[in-house]
Amino acid sequence: MTSTERTDVLVVGSGFGGAIAAYHLAAGGAKVVILERGPWLTAKDFEHDFMLGSSYTRIFDFVVGDGMSILGGNCVGGGSVVYFAAMPRAPRFVFDKQTGLGRRVWPASVSRDTLDPWYDRVAESIPITKQDWNDVTYAGGLWAAACDHAGRTANPVPAAVDRDHCVNCNWMMAGCRFDAKQSLLLNYLPAALAHGARIRPLHEVQRIERNHDGSYRVHYDIIDEEDYRVRGEGGAIDAKIVVLAAGAGATPVILQRSEPSLGRMPHGVGRYFSGNGERLNTAVLNEDRVREVLGLTREDGLAYAANQIGKGPTVANWDRLDGSLPEFTRYSLEQLYFPPGLGTILAQVADAAGGPSWFGARKKEMLSRWQSWLIIFQMIEDANEGVFGPPPAAGNADRISQQMLGIGRLRYDPAETTLRAWAMADAEVKDILERDGLAEVTAWTNDVVGAYTVHPLASCRMGDDPATSALDDRNELRGHPGIFVTDGSAVPTALTVNPAMTIAALAERAIPGIVRAARERGVEVAYGAPAPDGSTSGRRGVADLLPSLTRK
Amino acid sequence: MTLEAFADTIVPGEKRHPGDRAVAGAAAGGGAVQAGALELMEWDATGISEGLDDYVRLLNDHAREYAAETGLDPDPSVPPFVALPYAHRTELVRRLVAPGHPEKAFWVLLTLFSNMAYDSAAHMHTAEAIAAGHPGLAAMGITRPGPGGLWRFPAFSYGRPLARLHPDTTPSGSPA
Ligand SMILES: Cc1cc2nc3c(=O)[nH]c(=O)nc-3n(C[C@H](O)[C@H](O)[C@H](O)COP(=O)(O)OP(=O)(O)OC[C@H]3O[C@@H](n4cnc5c(N)ncnc54)[C@H](O)[C@@H]3O)c2cc1C
Repeated sequence: MTSTERTDVLVVGSGFGGAIAAYHLAAGGAKVVILERGPWLTAKDFEHDFMLGSSYTRIFDFVVGDGMSILGGNCVGGGSVVYFAAMPRAPRFVFDKQTGLGRRVWPASVSRDTLDPWYDRVAESIPITKQDWNDVTYAGGLWAAACDHAGRTANPVPAAVDRDHCVNCNWMMAGCRFDAKQSLLLNYLPAALAHGARIRPLHEVQRIERNHDGSYRVHYDIIDEEDYRVRGEGGAIDAKIVVLAAGAGATPVILQRSEPSLGRMPHGVGRYFSGNGERLNTAVLNEDRVREVLGLTREDGLAYAANQIGKGPTVANWDRLDGSLPEFTRYSLEQLYFPPGLGTILAQVADAAGGPSWFGARKKEMLSRWQSWLIIFQMIEDANEGVFGPPPAAGNADRISQQMLGIGRLRYDPAETTLRAWAMADAEVKDILERDGLAEVTAWTNDVVGAYTVHPLASCRMGDDPATSALDDRNELRGHPGIFVTDGSAVPTALTVNPAMTIAALAERAIPGIVRAARERGVEVAYGAPAPDGSTSGRRGVADLLPSLTRK
Repeated sequence: MTLEAFADTIVPGEKRHPGDRAVAGAAAGGGAVQAGALELMEWDATGISEGLDDYVRLLNDHAREYAAETGLDPDPSVPPFVALPYAHRTELVRRLVAPGHPEKAFWVLLTLFSNMAYDSAAHMHTAEAIAAGHPGLAAMGITRPGPGGLWRFPAFSYGRPLARLHPDTTPSGSPA
């Protein structure tokens, strides 16, 4: 008989939720193991290459569902390695969202005011630049100028990008080759390792069971490093505390698969999924009009033609992030870059003239103007419509391709309010960018792979009402003490802005409660680690909030 | 030939030679076929290579039915899908990938890879594809990489304020 390995804390997934929990618990003295299904790559491994099997496809995961597809990270560092590093805080009204019955969706203890100190902790740990107009790329500048021309405001977006190292290559989704993007590989994860945490890449967690002593046994498969369809023999690790942070597309699936061995899951597990209301629009600019109407020119006499240049989102329009506006009519409009491969197929031609809108001769013509494309990203308030069906045999999807592509179980049937909000945001983007002949704008089609999100949220959400939330207000899974969820699945609703900052702040906020639970289970661990670089002002900022988070 | 005709329906190109039947010649310049769609589909990394025979068989079955339904009289010397004129190929593919079609997911995959061959040369290293004059990357105007096979853009910003900031912006640069 082989003896099962033991640890104090087992963390599933190494993205924001996982890395932050691993760091604090290891720094506090607990023995921490992180299991991550993807490979462990660093800057030198990140190629500028669209070839399948290069760093691009190795480090992300594209799961097609019914009505919604999710793109996420699949590597040590999770989404932080592939993301665009836009790090705004969520607007105040988001936290006040109510259910139809007039109950708060978010826990009463979480508001912008109570979260701000935790946001500050994140900002101290992951260097975030408040970008200015000199950091704004041509694409962002164009969006700003168009917003201004249409009587709107526009803001440079705060981002975790080191402007001194950034070369504006626009390969952020392939991992940053220059370590300009401040992914978790540069802060929380190395700090966790320095405190003795162990990261095991290519370990995919399948299910959890409860041991007689109240600890948990976590079962994993080993994944082949090149062909992720190939699984080696796995194993199991016993842990006193389990932190689930596999991302909102995977965490609920692990819990669903664990139901036979763990017992009944709260109703909220695998329900209320939100795609953060995302949708993309593509504008094809008329270069002459950009010069004439907006007065923009760049080197070599060009006006724009700079789709390839830049660094993800640099400018957003926040005019509709106004709490006094009715629910489902508030959204932000953010300039974004999406590379070819996954980023062009869903773009539709403006005038399909009865032909197909996303493939064929007209589409090819549109592609020939690719350098003049500008992508605008909408984040509306959706209605948490997503539901996960019964889990696949392993992982969170049936893998099709060697890497990247799989078929998942998420069903998303957009509510009337979601469709209306998208239509409203589409119309506004059109109004801004088609004004005075600047561009032709179309939305990405939902007909091909459904709606599409890189911001999965809320599939295992926190809240005060046990009937509609899987987690209590300290991220503990209802009915399963010692299991915590700290990733995007805990975030109760769409945020109307990019979510990583909020996911990270909520993970920071969950730590005192996890430390307390670990201590109750006999783990000698303390709360209070500084930021990964040793800074301590964030720690002082949250001191007053601790008693409520460590209550029984 | 059938798969070439499918890829050509997604991103059409000019005929490779006057007697080219698979490529319909519906657009100028190379299309998905010239871009390497078949090489990509046949690569086992895609996960569709083993099912290609099924794709061919099914597509031709659909083409046969479609021809019968629309009263076309396809040339028997080529596979039924290849025999369809471009507009009809397009119409048939449109039905196969339409929401609600029972085989939609299956056909969408084939369109994804047809498109990826053209817009990203996913079967080749990007720098090599550009150096070899890959038709899709060339048509899209993707620039050549610099030293070390990496892209860098020293000029990237208009470098001046271009809009008023939202009045409720916090000191951290976030919405209030
Ligand atoms: C292309 C792209 C651009 C983005 N840009 C932005 C942006 O600019 N700003 C922003 O705020 N957000 C952005 N995001 C979203 C952001 O990356 C996510 O919201 C964030 O990473 C979610 O954090 P998380 O902790 O919930 O999960 P993740 O960061 O997704 O981490 C989950 C980890 O768990 C691993 N995992 C999954 N299943 C298992 C399993 N069974 N066993 C073990 N490990 C498992 C995954 O491989 C992954 O590493 C972007 C995302 C993408 C894909």
